[in-house]
Amino acid sequence: MTKSIIKLTVNGENHEVLAEPRELLIHVLRERLNLTGPHIGCETTHCGACTVELNGKSVKSCTVFAVQANGAEITTIEGIAGPAGLHVLQQSFREHHGLQCGFCTPGMITRAWRLLKENPDPTEEDVRFGMAGNLCRCTGYQNIVKSILAAAAEINASREAAE
Amino acid sequence: MNDLTPPTHDERVANLKGMGHSRKRVEDARFTQGKGNYVDDVKLPGMLFGDFVRSPYAHARVVSIDTAAAMAVPGVLAVLTAKDLAPLNLHWMPTLAGDKQMVLADGKVLFQGQEVAYVVATDRYAAADGVEAVVVEYSELPVVTDPFKALEPGAPVLREDLAGQTSGAHGARRHHNHIFKWEVGDEAATDQAIGEAEVVAEEMVYYHRTHPCPLETCGCVASMDKINGKLTLWGTFQAPHVVRTVASLLSGIEEHNIRVISPDIGGGFGNKVGVYPGYICSIVASIVTGKPVKWVEDRMENLMATAFARDYWMKGKISATKEGKITGLHCHVTADHGAFDACADPTKFPAGFMSICTGSYDIPVAYLGVDGVYTNKAPGGVSYRCSFRVTEAAYFIERMIEVLAIELNMDAAELRAKNFIRKDQFPYQSALGWEYDSGDYHTAWDKALKAVDYDGLRREQATRVEAFKRGETRKLLGIGLTHFTEIVGAGPIKNCDILGMGMFDSCEIRIHPTGSAIARLGTISQGQGHATTFAQILASEIGIPADSITIEEGDTDTAPYGLGTYGSRSTPVAGAAAAMAGRKIRAKAQMIAAYLLEVHDDDVEFDVDRFVVKGAPERFKTMKAIAYAAYNQAIPGVEPGLEAVSYYDPPNMTYPFGAYICVMEIDVDTGVHEIRQFYALDDCGTRINPMVIEGQVHGGLTEALAIAMGQEIAYDEIGNVKTGTLMDFFLPTAWETPHYTSDHTVTPSPHHPIGAKGVGESPNVGGVPAFSNAVHDAFRAFGLRQSHMPHDHWRIWRIAHDLGLHD
Ligand code: FES
Ligand code: FES
Repeated sequence: MTKSIIKLTVNGENHEVLAEPRELLIHVLRERLNLTGPHIGCETTHCGACTVELNGKSVKSCTVFAVQANGAEITTIEGIAGPAGLHVLQQSFREHHGLQCGFCTPGMITRAWRLLKENPDPTEEDVRFGMAGNLCRCTGYQNIVKSILAAAAEINASREAAE
Repeated sequence: MNDLTPPTHDERVANLKGMGHSRKRVEDARFTQGKGNYVDDVKLPGMLFGDFVRSPYAHARVVSIDTAAAMAVPGVLAVLTAKDLAPLNLHWMPTLAGDKQMVLADGKVLFQGQEVAYVVATDRYAAADGVEAVVVEYSELPVVTDPFKALEPGAPVLREDLAGQTSGAHGARRHHNHIFKWEVGDEAATDQAIGEAEVVAEEMVYYHRTHPCPLETCGCVASMDKINGKLTLWGTFQAPHVVRTVASLLSGIEEHNIRVISPDIGGGFGNKVGVYPGYICSIVASIVTGKPVKWVEDRMENLMATAFARDYWMKGKISATKEGKITGLHCHVTADHGAFDACADPTKFPAGFMSICTGSYDIPVAYLGVDGVYTNKAPGGVSYRCSFRVTEAAYFIERMIEVLAIELNMDAAELRAKNFIRKDQFPYQSALGWEYDSGDYHTAWDKALKAVDYDGLRREQATRVEAFKRGETRKLLGIGLTHFTEIVGAGPIKNCDILGMGMFDSCEIRIHPTGSAIARLGTISQGQGHATTFAQILASEIGIPADSITIEEGDTDTAPYGLGTYGSRSTPVAGAAAAMAGRKIRAKAQMIAAYLLEVHDDDVEFDVDRFVVKGAPERFKTMKAIAYAAYNQAIPGVEPGLEAVSYYDPPNMTYPFGAYICVMEIDVDTGVHEIRQFYALDDCGTRINPMVIEGQVHGGLTEALAIAMGQEIAYDEIGNVKTGTLMDFFLPTAWETPHYTSDHTVTPSPHHPIGAKGVGESPNVGGVPAFSNAVHDAFRAFGLRQSHMPHDHWRIWRIAHDLGLHD
């Protein structure tokens, strides 16, 4: 199948990849760019393990053709930690036992990262609803919700302290 | 405290982060940054990809397979069929249950999704193209998906390969689709007790077919190095050593030339215990092509073809006196095993530990009979987050108790309390042959009832029923009770083995000269946090901080032989091995300390992180100093170094228990439920890491919620899987999952070195009956006795409808 050149900015780095038109974004990220943080749990848009950020929106990268993402800005779990170290969410998931096998975790954190940008002060209900596109088979969600709420509180507290 | 103040006893204990400490997990730094290393992340130079052609039919003859067009697809290098595997004798493989299973269709197919041909290509897209291009001609045969129909005289013959075989791995077969009959207990005495009883309740309890469905599917990478003759196999294996032994026996490659590596595993729940055709085909493909070959199933393949769970039709009879004292229990199971008997059970237990079905109750006489049956469904029968059919057993007895309560017109909590095995009866010999190690059921039960204000709930329920009858509300209230007893930690070699391998487990420890350590175990974490918790056991046993102990598992070249992680066996078995190996280290450390302190061995004693001279605590040697001395001093009569290995053969199983209560609101017009409260009290003996225990409880309850309230592997009459994607196969999201309250009591196991019993599976075992009983209880006042799971909205609506509540 003829391949085309796709330009992507992933975690701040520019890439050009040669891919078939039918290739899924998750496969390009994992196989061609070696970003194996986002995982594959279903390839049918149900589980959210493959969640990445695409032009400021959470998307399930198993249901996006890589060619559709041409020119896009993408953030994966590998791009969430800053130069100063782990993001508050990453620390909070560890602190509150928000993960077990870790397979859903990259998608969870990437999604929660966007959720908190859109709603910096969510209620438990907001978090449960906003995270409903991401499945976890291990944790029963209780500690994931706790991790996200604690991260939100911490981010808000440090913002207020800075103001 | 200034720098010169020596740390206090409590500070030294805290510094170890040993048992009982909610230590944060060491695994999480990697996982939260996307740096896990799961099997699909393994990438080797020149790696090829395998993919299966699968049967669209549940029962058909394979007339022909034409691979020519597939071989012409760009990137396709090979297509394997049974014909190619036959000369190697690999077209069939043995199952864990003593049956055999086709690796690739040999003349016929027996379930939808069965592996027919294996395409090897340069990438996964080319492999998928190749799969599309393989032309298979089938001729359909009559299908049977109902185990009762499968046993009728004229039922289609499924396993032609077994023609004329009147006995199998577990005794006599009485029909061409019959696998075994397994019996425990005294049937005549049980029938007599039930025949003479004042009250008898009878019910058919169906525990439907479902699937463990871990978020990561099954897969492997096989790499045969033709130069050194070594085969390396990465895979999603819950039992890597067993996989190595099986791979050696099947392939003829000597075991030392096979290295099996379980990297990070994205959840297992029993799905990753067995050996699947994908592993065999990948190994063969790597040998044939000389290249590494990766196979990772997709979700549909996972749900359709790798191991399912449950599918037990349990017919029960329970008898009691008028006052509610149970006098006997009779259970007959028709067990649907699918097309091949590929259950993962210890060899001598073809129905696993179903004989724990007397539950938490002192039942004087009981009988269990299980008939295994072949049908045109996928093979499996694994322990989905449970220890070998314990969840079926718990569901059965907890439903029978409820039905008996209805028969007696008695409160179900009171009936339970009346029949619990009393604390003073432990160790307790059950009518079906188990020796329960320890328990205090009444204390746990009272604590649970009090915590939820049980009496208050019953009053509220009664008021609600009245209001409903007056037409003031359309919602009913259900109170789901469960008191479960598990049997985990398989198991004593004298009666537990898998393919002849005794079910011991192991731990090897090396203390480094500077006082840190590495320990390797025969188990493998799939999210349970072994790297965190096993280090805590060792920290308490040997006095080295958990943060200074590396735990490694899953590489058969380095880890000692073990039987793996499933059936809640890691803590009871490998955890015990860790404690015992730690004690060997401590014994040697004692000799070294005594030598250094110039006293007799018996004159020093262990104190948190050091040995002190008895009566003179200011004279001591820390474990750090002892470790150093072990490597740099010539100590008479003591070998240099500080290492130990322990292989632990448990003397008995452990018997964790718990009391769960679910309070559920049900809308009779929509069938929609809302869980208002869920209280879970677990007693898993000594608690190693309370944070991790709580996490396991939340996760297990959520899997139980899924199973009870919607999850199933459903087939239509011609054997089509109706629930092959996550669209149809219910996995709860954060939105549908309730908030849980967890609690505990602590009744240590008397025979386990640290008293721990294991907890990972309790919430699934106890959770399913708690949710299901809540649904039943909501409708008890209107005459409901038994309605099969899963209780999805439609089925709950149906209950209300059939009871006339919509009239
Ligand atoms: S893999 Fe993309 S949603 Fe599941
Ligand atoms: S931690 Fe295992 S799937 Fe979420």
